[in-house]
Amino acid sequence: MVKNKKTLIILTAVLALLPLITQTKAVLNAFILLLIFATLGEAWNLITGFAGQTSFGHAAFFGIGAYTSAVIFYRCGVTPWLGMILGGIIASVIAAVMSYPCFRLKGHYFAIATLAVAEIIKQVFVSWSYVEGATGISIPIIHRSSGFGRRLFYLQFSDKLPWVYICLALFTAVIFLSSYLENSKMGYYLKAIRESHEVAEAIGINPTNYKLYAMIISAFISALCGSIYAQYILYIDPFMMFSLDISMKIVLLTVLGGIGNIYGPIIGAAIFIPLSEFTRIKLGGSGTGIDLMIYGLLIVLITCFRPKGVIGIAEKAAEKFRGKKTGGGGSIEAAS
Amino acid sequence: MVIGQIIANGILMGFIYALVAVGLTLTWGVMDIINFAHGEFLMIGMYTAFWMFTLFSVDPLAALPVCTAAVFVLGVLTYTGIIKRVLNAAGLTALLATFGLSMFLKNFAQYLWSPNYRYINNALVSGKTVRLGSVVIGMPQIAAAVGSIILTIVIMSFVDRTRTGKAIQATALNKNTALLMGINTNKMYAITFGLSGACVGAAGALMATFFPIYPASGALYSVIAFVIVALGGFGNIKGALFGGLIIGLTEALGGFFLGTQFKYAIVFLIYLVVIQVRPKGLFGW
Repeated sequence: MVKNKKTLIILTAVLALLPLITQTKAVLNAFILLLIFATLGEAWNLITGFAGQTSFGHAAFFGIGAYTSAVIFYRCGVTPWLGMILGGIIASVIAAVMSYPCFRLKGHYFAIATLAVAEIIKQVFVSWSYVEGATGISIPIIHRSSGFGRRLFYLQFSDKLPWVYICLALFTAVIFLSSYLENSKMGYYLKAIRESHEVAEAIGINPTNYKLYAMIISAFISALCGSIYAQYILYIDPFMMFSLDISMKIVLLTVLGGIGNIYGPIIGAAIFIPLSEFTRIKLGGSGTGIDLMIYGLLIVLITCFRPKGVIGIAEKAAEKFRGKKTGGGGSIEAAS
Repeated sequence: MVIGQIIANGILMGFIYALVAVGLTLTWGVMDIINFAHGEFLMIGMYTAFWMFTLFSVDPLAALPVCTAAVFVLGVLTYTGIIKRVLNAAGLTALLATFGLSMFLKNFAQYLWSPNYRYINNALVSGKTVRLGSVVIGMPQIAAAVGSIILTIVIMSFVDRTRTGKAIQATALNKNTALLMGINTNKMYAITFGLSGACVGAAGALMATFFPIYPASGALYSVIAFVIVALGGFGNIKGALFGGLIIGLTEALGGFFLGTQFKYAIVFLIYLVVIQVRPKGLFGW
């Protein structure tokens, strides 16, 4: 059951209309990245926001998705659409395999375990020659005179507009799924597990199973984002895809947007992605790192002076928008 | 014997890892904050040693107190300026503040000092080796390991023996009760953060003689230190020491038997294995 269908439809419609206002490349680029990271945030939110299991390793799933579609296109010329699905399945399998032993761990021990898994996968990709190791893969470009059908089939476009709608379609599907899950039995089970593992177990919920389901769905979505990202930027390497920075970026925008709330990731992404793109465009390129320096400083300032600001404002706005007070979502306490 | 050489290298590296991890475990155990800027503190320590050497030709070992003090101050400032404000915020906010700080410090160093690799070539201990049978050990590594052991013991006895150390322990156990007992928890937190910085400041000075110094030089050590701290059990100094040794040995032996490209993968793998037997770390409770 999707509870706030109307809000979601309006949100999607507004997002869909945004590209009509401006067609500037830089703006569309920021918008595409915003949608990709918002989707990643939704995925991360499932396991951390709802189920309360802090993951610092979502870059692993993101990277696996990117690599699967890129490798089978690069090596065998198979359409990235198939690679996307395959990447999702592989990421889900890895999530299931790693989760089983990791879910015994609590709080920070789990978080560090997910980080360790991502690092191991990175090291494997760095020294794996079939996937070009540390050199990375440049995705082969299809002929420039290809028609739209062929471009769609190989997921390479000459302008940015199709990307906006592909990313938006994925984001919409994922936010509807999140909303559905939040109000389903599983969503309530996950929240019960988040609030108290022991109590959830005592009332007959099997925490391991439900955390596993959440992790598998989350990994699948992250991998889809990875495939799209790889096709969009056309170059991937292990240091970029499996970096702790990607994992932390997901954590950052979801937590500051509103953790455990389905609108959190899009709000967070809407603040942080344009901010990072803007500082990068204005100040990057000199190679002095001043853009990231200022971005880092802004993160510190936002967390320091408005630790609950963005979340608080977002929730208040959402309440007003819906015209009633709802209890769902909310912020979670320290995940330990 | 090659294997003896490798074990010796692993143990020496392990002591350095331990010192970095001791600093991290302090803030983690006492304040329950994962300090993502820990590696950058280390990097600042290394740069302090480098500039002391280049500008004033002070040997890194002689500059050790300066590096320690500099990063101690940086730690205290980080606490009073940033951490204090986010200490009571929900969930992962404090962690994100340190993540932002790490990004800032790394790029600040790059802005000021360029991303080039820098080396300290002719320090007091440079180029000297000690021969023990067939095992040859570099003097810089020995100095670093000995320094790390001494500092770890100093920190351990400070936390265990002194009044301030006891107050820090009390604060770690229960902040509110400690407050009721008349402990200035705010001050304790500041000292803990300072101490944590002092550890990596010293580690930076010790490592500067045989590691390249560049803005991202601390990043790898902070991730390894996370694993060491979790391996030993959060907030446990003894755990960090043994965790450091285990990781140092694993890295050296794993690198030798399975190829150096896999040495870090094995380091992370050993954590996943140990944590299956001891879900709260070796010394956790």
